[in-house]
Amino acid sequence: MTEFDRSASNRTVSKSALAAAQARSQHEWRPVGGNLITKPFLVLAALAIIGIILMLYRYAAGLGAVTNLSDGYPWGIWITYDVLVGTALGCGGYATAILVYAFNRWEYHPVVRSAVLTSVFGYSLAGLAIFLDIGRYWNGYKLFLPWTVNFNSVLVEVALCIAAYVVVLWIELLPTILEKYPENKKAALWLHRLERWLPVIAAVGILLPTMHQSSLGTLMIIAGYKLSPIWQTGLLPFFFLISAITMGFAVTVFESVLSSMAFKRPFETPMLGRISVGMAWLIVVYLVVRFADLLFRGAPVFTSGFQSVMFILETLLFLVPVLLLVSPGLRQDLRFLFLAAISMLLAGSLYRFNAFLIGYNPGANWSYFPSPGEIFITLGIIAIELMAYLYFVKRFPVLPTEHA
Amino acid sequence: MGLNRRDFLKAAAGGGLALASNLSPAPVLARATVTRLPDALGILYDATLCIGCKACMAACKKFNNLPPDLCTPNSLWDDPVDLSAKTVNIVKLYKNGTGLAKDQEINGYSFVRRFCMHCVDPSCVSACPVSALTKDPKTGVVHYNKDNCIGCRYCQVACPYLIPKFQWDQAFPQIVKCQLCDHRIAQGSYSACCEFCPTGASIFGNVQDLRKEARRRLSLKPGTFAEYPLQRVDSHHKVSRQVTPYLNHVYGETEGGGAQVLMLANVPFNKLGLPQLPPTSQASHAETLYHTLYKGMIVPYVVLGGLFYIIYKNTTGHELP
Repeated sequence: MTEFDRSASNRTVSKSALAAAQARSQHEWRPVGGNLITKPFLVLAALAIIGIILMLYRYAAGLGAVTNLSDGYPWGIWITYDVLVGTALGCGGYATAILVYAFNRWEYHPVVRSAVLTSVFGYSLAGLAIFLDIGRYWNGYKLFLPWTVNFNSVLVEVALCIAAYVVVLWIELLPTILEKYPENKKAALWLHRLERWLPVIAAVGILLPTMHQSSLGTLMIIAGYKLSPIWQTGLLPFFFLISAITMGFAVTVFESVLSSMAFKRPFETPMLGRISVGMAWLIVVYLVVRFADLLFRGAPVFTSGFQSVMFILETLLFLVPVLLLVSPGLRQDLRFLFLAAISMLLAGSLYRFNAFLIGYNPGANWSYFPSPGEIFITLGIIAIELMAYLYFVKRFPVLPTEHA
Repeated sequence: MGLNRRDFLKAAAGGGLALASNLSPAPVLARATVTRLPDALGILYDATLCIGCKACMAACKKFNNLPPDLCTPNSLWDDPVDLSAKTVNIVKLYKNGTGLAKDQEINGYSFVRRFCMHCVDPSCVSACPVSALTKDPKTGVVHYNKDNCIGCRYCQVACPYLIPKFQWDQAFPQIVKCQLCDHRIAQGSYSACCEFCPTGASIFGNVQDLRKEARRRLSLKPGTFAEYPLQRVDSHHKVSRQVTPYLNHVYGETEGGGAQVLMLANVPFNKLGLPQLPPTSQASHAETLYHTLYKGMIVPYVVLGGLFYIIYKNTTGHELP
């Protein structure tokens, strides 16, 4: 690679890279094509518009006018769903990158692209949600000034790391965008440059989520007694990290099945089966450590009323994929793979809701249930995410080429 | 297939072990609970002296320019029912059974003041990502600077006493909390609540002196007469008063790593709405874990280097996704 002299051989580079890009594009990924403006797309657009109007109202009238947040429950579903669950659902790119690049399993390479795409939108919109949630958003830049940042704050690690990862994700998505323009020489040149930097980009793209997905769990340590001992533990970062990776695998399976159905393409069943088995083993590790920790600390697992019910539900949702995937017969069956993925996604999401909202009790005088405004803004964000996904999948080479 | 799984497991187990060894708080990196500053300033609140007159609340509003909190339907009086962005100091009432006997847990009542405890090792200061909440290096006052604040409300999640309050009704909101009247301290004065307390239930002073005063009160014999300073712990104005029984506990001496506000009462503090906290601070728990993982960014850089090496090896001969 080093024999390239950039200024002198632009043309050679672009020609070879161009050819490579075209070949690759047709070989592994292809735009789905078709009409962009469909009925589901219009429904999503309506939801997005409602969400955007409510967002404007939030900026004009303050957080109290739109949300049910209070001094007892300062964080609601915008943090719990949009940021915690949203970025965990955005861990598909992270989880598949671990498989492909770190574990050298190139057979999973075809799903990397769509996984990265969902990650891009999951994370970018989580970033948007943070700017909706913080009250003094115009001071947001203070997070990036070395003389105001408090490096003892776990939130700093989370914020800087997520911000950096959003940038890395867009860089990881760049080849998809660049390949759309095979005639453009600049695009070809940049494709080639990105290829040379791949090991760095991939390494940073694995390190950053490892850091902030675990730190999202560390955030709650300082809440102390306010978080029920069922969830309050020094292992919070470990549980958040492992469940984020398993959710990343689950969302990859989920998305692959859904897009195959929606765009009437063949299913990638054997590959999804292998990914799911890996996921199941990780869940086993998670559950063993989780229960060892609960036993060791003597947490009041069954005597905490509603919190106990939610804990049991959370555990059952974690168990479903393990039980489904234990049998070699079932894991050949797409329906059970899909079911296992959904259960895992619900398990990880409920774990996050439990650790940040349901297990959080600031005192008897406080209660929280999201307001319609909060829910509709969240739905608006999800709608924007799905619309962007549909646009990209139909117009850019994202989904694997059909192996007919 | 079998080989695949074994490889995956081996790698996952290796990663898990590496992570677990990082997570177990190593004593070398443990962040101990911060110790008290020698010149720290604070308040001693003695519920047995408090008559619930709320003069401290009126003075607090006046000298901190806080608006009235109109909670009753006719909206005539400043009558807050709890701390809020409009009220940073409140006198609350505990009542049980007949509620007749002062400072009795059963069939009695007790007042309790709630305001910022000015922790020795504050959770809010540790949590704040942009140093909008800081602890004064000399007086130990926990101060809020709106110019840095991004309104993330992590301080509210972190505070064990639920002290920082947010202006939910404002488009350009702030966090509001008691700052021990540090604007008055800067002018050589002291906290308004203590200046206007008629009974000496709240007294201002150096925390070391306040602790001594609290210990002195606990050693007094109930029924005898004793002198209680007014306004400040070192005041020459004293009132003589018959000693009533105390619970043998100075709240704030060790709670959550200690506070600069100390409290005495004869009703258990959890009944008065104060949390039972371990002697180590929540900030030290969080920072021990956090610094163990991130001290000098050594672990992340090592992981990054390892990842780069593995991926470089794996990607030679492959194409960009």
